[in-house]
Amino acid sequence: MTPESNNAVLRVVTKQIIPMILLFALYVQFHGEYGPGGGFQAGVIFAAGFVLYALVFGLDHASRAMPARTLFRLAPLGVLLFAGVGVYSLLKGYAFLDYTAIDPHDPVHAQHLGILIIELGVGLTVFSVLLLIFYAFAGRRRADSLTHKDMG
Amino acid sequence: MSEHALLAIDAVLLVILLTTAIAIARQRNLFAAAMMTGLFSLTLACLFVLLDAMDVAFTEAAVGAGISTVLMLGALALTEYRDHPTSRGQHTLALLLCLAVGALLMLAASEWPALGDPSTPVHQHPITAHYLEQSQQEIDLPNVVTSVLSSYRGYDTLGEVTVVFTAGLAVLILLLGVRKDENDT
Repeated sequence: MTPESNNAVLRVVTKQIIPMILLFALYVQFHGEYGPGGGFQAGVIFAAGFVLYALVFGLDHASRAMPARTLFRLAPLGVLLFAGVGVYSLLKGYAFLDYTAIDPHDPVHAQHLGILIIELGVGLTVFSVLLLIFYAFAGRRRADSLTHKDMG
Repeated sequence: MSEHALLAIDAVLLVILLTTAIAIARQRNLFAAAMMTGLFSLTLACLFVLLDAMDVAFTEAAVGAGISTVLMLGALALTEYRDHPTSRGQHTLALLLCLAVGALLMLAASEWPALGDPSTPVHQHPITAHYLEQSQQEIDLPNVVTSVLSSYRGYDTLGEVTVVFTAGLAVLILLLGVRKDENDT
């Protein structure tokens, strides 16, 4: 995972591929109702794009593009978004996670909107948790050697 | 596609799956073994496609072949790339354990209903008919899997996301939290 070990071809090709991976992830995220996929798969693919970036350009570049600090906020945000929809419908007098509460006049539209929101929540959490775990693993050796130096 | 062609593809994929599994078990180079688990997942994803489980195949390909392989390599970078030979006694013990578990699984699988058997509880239960017949009116999404996961069984999916979040927290506490303590002392 050192940036020095990469050749130009790998860097150029990766730069071309990453936008497509991210775009495909967004497609899977927002098209999951019509085709296969959904928030979970989209989150994984989106994370994979950043993992590829980190593998080729190094962890430092990746954490500059998507800082762990942001990810630490996005992970609970996803869960809160999902649960928030449930609480919202409770407050509106409907059952927990009954999406009809979002638009009582058009229940089918409400379902679509509700699914879109909760899938976004799923995607956010899965993406940030996976990328955080990757960061933690990939940054461990360097961090450990630092610690040992500190302690020694 | 004809029945025979499907069977042939199934057989080829299963042979690849089995070969990969044996190759992983025999591999001393852990880097190669990790890469082969990716191949294993990809083959498994193809099998899921044949079973018409597109969403599961998608997840298997993205998580199994993609992320978990990378995580495995990340974990390998922290240890060694080569496996140490184990003693013969351990081999026999592992083999016996594998055979016992394998026999148990085979026994359980023999009780399994045939694929797509309409008389199984899953297909007989009225809720299945409701999901398949009513979801077009109630939710109006072409992908019934999404309707079930996100709307009918929204509770379960919320639980799933919470599990992902909690698992992530646990891993991060293990990987990052301990280090902080070391720094403090």
